[in-house]
Amino acid sequence: MNTALSWIKAYVPDLNIGDQEYTDAMTLTGTKVETYERMDKNLEKIYIGQIEAIEKHPDADKLIVCQLNLGFSKLQIVTGANNVKVGDKVPVVIDGGKVAGGHDGTKPENGIVIKNGKLRGIESFGMLCSIDELGCEKAMFPDAPENGIYILPQDATIGDDAVEYLGLKDTVFEYEVTSNRVDCYSVIGIAREAAATFQTPFLKPVVQVKETEQKIEDFLTVEVLDTDLCPRYCARVCTNIKIGPSPSWMQKRLRASGIRPINNLVDITNYVMEEYGQPMHAFDYETVSDKKIIVKRAVDGEEFETLDGVTRKLDSEILMICDGQKYIGIAGIMGGENSKITEDVKTVVFESATFIGANIRKSAKRIGVRTDASGKFEKGLDPRNAEEAINRACQLIEELGCGEVVSGMIDITVPLKELVKIPFSADRINQILGTQIEKETMISIFERLELCYINDEEVIEIPSFRQDLEGIADLAEEVARFYGYDKIPTTLPSGEATTGKLPFHLRVEEKAKDVAEFCGFSQGMCYSFESPKVFDKLLIPMDSELRKTVTISNPLGEDFSIMRTISLNGMLTSLATNYNRRNKDVRLYEFGNVYLPKEVPLKQLPDERMQFTLGMYGEGDFFTMKGVIEEFFETIGMFEKITYNPNAGKPFLHPGRQAEISYKDTVVGYLGEVHPQVLKNYDLGTKSYVAVLDMPSILPFASFERKFVGIAKYPAVLRDISMVVPKEILVGQIEEVIQQRGGKYLEHYELFDLYEGSQIKEGFKSVAYSISFRGKDKTLEEGDITQAMKKILNGLEALNIELRQ
Amino acid sequence: MKEKLEQIKLEVLKQIEQSDTLEKLNEIRINQLGKKGALTEILKGMKDVTPEERPKIGQLVNDVRIEIETILEDTKVKLEALVMEAKLRNEVIDVTLPANKSKKGHRHPNTIAMEEVERIFIGMGYEVVEGPEVETDYYNFEALNIPADHPAKDEQDTFYINGDILLRTQTSGTQVHEMEKGKLPIRMIAPGRVFRSDEVDATHSPSFHQIEGLVIDKHITFADLKGTLAEFAKELFGEDTKVKFRPHHFNFTEPSAEVDVTCFKCGGSGCRFCKGTGWIEILGCGMVHPNVLKMSGINPEEYSGFAFGMGLERIALLKYEIDDMRLLYENDVRFLKQF
Repeated sequence: MNTALSWIKAYVPDLNIGDQEYTDAMTLTGTKVETYERMDKNLEKIYIGQIEAIEKHPDADKLIVCQLNLGFSKLQIVTGANNVKVGDKVPVVIDGGKVAGGHDGTKPENGIVIKNGKLRGIESFGMLCSIDELGCEKAMFPDAPENGIYILPQDATIGDDAVEYLGLKDTVFEYEVTSNRVDCYSVIGIAREAAATFQTPFLKPVVQVKETEQKIEDFLTVEVLDTDLCPRYCARVCTNIKIGPSPSWMQKRLRASGIRPINNLVDITNYVMEEYGQPMHAFDYETVSDKKIIVKRAVDGEEFETLDGVTRKLDSEILMICDGQKYIGIAGIMGGENSKITEDVKTVVFESATFIGANIRKSAKRIGVRTDASGKFEKGLDPRNAEEAINRACQLIEELGCGEVVSGMIDITVPLKELVKIPFSADRINQILGTQIEKETMISIFERLELCYINDEEVIEIPSFRQDLEGIADLAEEVARFYGYDKIPTTLPSGEATTGKLPFHLRVEEKAKDVAEFCGFSQGMCYSFESPKVFDKLLIPMDSELRKTVTISNPLGEDFSIMRTISLNGMLTSLATNYNRRNKDVRLYEFGNVYLPKEVPLKQLPDERMQFTLGMYGEGDFFTMKGVIEEFFETIGMFEKITYNPNAGKPFLHPGRQAEISYKDTVVGYLGEVHPQVLKNYDLGTKSYVAVLDMPSILPFASFERKFVGIAKYPAVLRDISMVVPKEILVGQIEEVIQQRGGKYLEHYELFDLYEGSQIKEGFKSVAYSISFRGKDKTLEEGDITQAMKKILNGLEALNIELRQ
Repeated sequence: MKEKLEQIKLEVLKQIEQSDTLEKLNEIRINQLGKKGALTEILKGMKDVTPEERPKIGQLVNDVRIEIETILEDTKVKLEALVMEAKLRNEVIDVTLPANKSKKGHRHPNTIAMEEVERIFIGMGYEVVEGPEVETDYYNFEALNIPADHPAKDEQDTFYINGDILLRTQTSGTQVHEMEKGKLPIRMIAPGRVFRSDEVDATHSPSFHQIEGLVIDKHITFADLKGTLAEFAKELFGEDTKVKFRPHHFNFTEPSAEVDVTCFKCGGSGCRFCKGTGWIEILGCGMVHPNVLKMSGINPEEYSGFAFGMGLERIALLKYEIDDMRLLYENDVRFLKQF
């Protein structure tokens, strides 16, 4: 919302304050000033001058030499403009003065200084100004020529300050109005807040309409068929309309608000919309068939041409304004081409109505047009405001000589809601705020805001324009705003102490991050939504469960349309980004959810599963990645044997270099080398390794409990075995045998040699393990070990493994 | 005899003085004091000395021997020191050669900022909780006093899955989940990912993070909210940080405020970070709206509370002077390694 300070001052006459001070104070009472701009920025020494003589420049065809009368002096000025004539009054900037812009529309930060000089040998003592040079937008001045000097009306006084005359000695403030303060989307609303902020009187316009003897009933009837969408519809009729320009004070205010002056009738409706926050519409009475207005829903599939010449598609939830035979406007959004006001209009029907905000908002969205009016209606306007606004408009029509007002108003309204009364308790408000503000102070704040304290009921009566106030908490905010948020003390909550803590699963995640970073992995972050094409890139079969996704109905585009069911796409994309930027030896990890629907289409919330995803290329291999996983498991107390099943069945991983990770018979994740085809799909030109751990599966096994087991007192006994093993047997299977059959003295085992080659027969490999045994409470004897070793060897034999001699 | 001893002594001392290695010194020891050494020879010649003279001569020989041994030992210590010195001199390294660092990875700046915030609130007795990212309309809007058809729903540019299920636009729904558990008092913060349909650019991302805070207890006041957030701001941005509370509007709090802190780059004098104002907006907050308490089964006459919420990316970007939000999701290691 943009408004000139002078318009606010029209209702708060005693307001006398600097721009920055005003900004700060308004912001602290809740009417936030986003920015402000002086309209006379870079405009200096610009006066109203009259052209007394014009001669051709002797040496330049396109220049003329003007003699100017500025009252206090007479000047000669050379100009290239061709739209001036003797007798014209024009803005003149004199030596040492400044203009805000060039005639090409540019606006240098510090303006342009004007100095005396010679143009083609003829002296010039200043410059005649165009509207651009005055820092104004041409579109805002319908009377300004396309090219050339801005010629002022003849009532301008020679020698006066032109900037002041044009209403530019003013500041435009841009307010950020919060959505609850519908009343503050109006000049009156802001002015009321300003008066309350600076504790100075607020003078609303006095609305009195001078009416003719004609009666509105003789002109018009109104019927509202769908009152559920239109709680109030007020109509008035004005006759003898004379279209012309609106007065300059009105044009100045509209311009400052960013509204282009057009003619008196249009300007008045726009002016009242800004002033009261109530949009209005004017129909040409001659076009209203049967002298009848009907408000009702449209019929599905019908079309209607709005006054911007566009044909709009209608549906049965769009509210229409109709006459006896046809549609003449889309309620609250835009009038029709067929009833729009032309220069020849004689009689107009003014409409000032209240429509249900949500319906207007949705309708405007469906139709695809958002107007100033619909933007106001969608906030939900006060029905009481409609009446005052239409009367204000009629008053201006009459006062500005734009027309005559027929007596009476047609008012179709549902019963207006009674004014809300909120029980008032100063104690309760002090309890909420933590303050000790006097009751009288509170009441005086309420009065400044036109909230009425009713003594004998101990209630505050809320005026209808404050639809945001419903309960004591709202009153507390009103008190706090004007008492001053900064004056409220600062304390810390008292009461029962609570333990601050990080829940267990987040502690586990923290450990995971620590381990990953220790191992050289940096944390990345990836989006939760991605393209359905990801599945093809990852070679995931058409019938895979992973393709059943939570799908966004209004995504930013297909590339962000599904919630990921697998975390690898983000990781591979990030690795590829790094690879293609020539970063060497990249290691990344990510924590983020996948979203697994319980059914498609979704009826209940999906399963959100936190994934710990690791990815790397460059230094290191499959076993580096495996090491990170084991490091992590040990850190979170998972000391049992981890099983790696090479048949993980992951299509996106190298078929011979992937493993499903299990812990205590539960699958907790997988790791592997990325499939060469997938690397190609991601434009990743180097071998890459990934691992994905499903955190919810891991959590039940994680523990930070530790027990000291004592440092071994008795010596360990080592036995090395060297084996010839069929190639297809995995060392994991050998370890399983050692683990299961090693007996209670088995302490540790370690692979120390692995060989495949010429010295070993075809189809076999050589594997050597070092196994250590240790007793907790005794030195082991030969017999203890022999027995265990025998069991192990028997087990190995069953796998077709031979001992090497 | 005496003269002979004196001569031997002088000879030996000369030899010691001339020896420059430990080996030579050892040779002297063996040659002079050993079984075949000159002194031993003299002792062997004692048989030619009168019995009266023998103790005297013996004493003399012994004195000379002790004197030589002492000097030998002293010289040895000196020589050893020289050897050590030479060895150390030989082992000098160029300490300006590059360090051999372990290649540690780095936390994401978002996480660092989040952990920082968590640490502060955990210290004040808050528990960290989490809520679902795919959420129902009820928890994201309705239970937060944003009823159906409320314009605030449009303002937040929500991603919908269907009419009832959406991607949460704010972490505030976690408040409701926590209140519904019925365990009071509550002091919680809820960090998490949220989604809004903003196109990606330098200052927007359709997915970002918020941290929500909630305190519910008897007698919680707006003054408590102010005090808590003032403490928080000092912890996060430094002891001299000041906070400014400006009235604002959120559906789920009343009274509501936006909070600015003195710019932590310029300290409040005005710079490009704070656009010359000296203040930086960091969070929104307020007293929990009585309707929200009621909907979650808490009696607003008995209990009150405050809530606050802040954007994590905003804090991370400001704190680390990152000028483009897209960097946070590109995962270029050259970026990540700076934190």
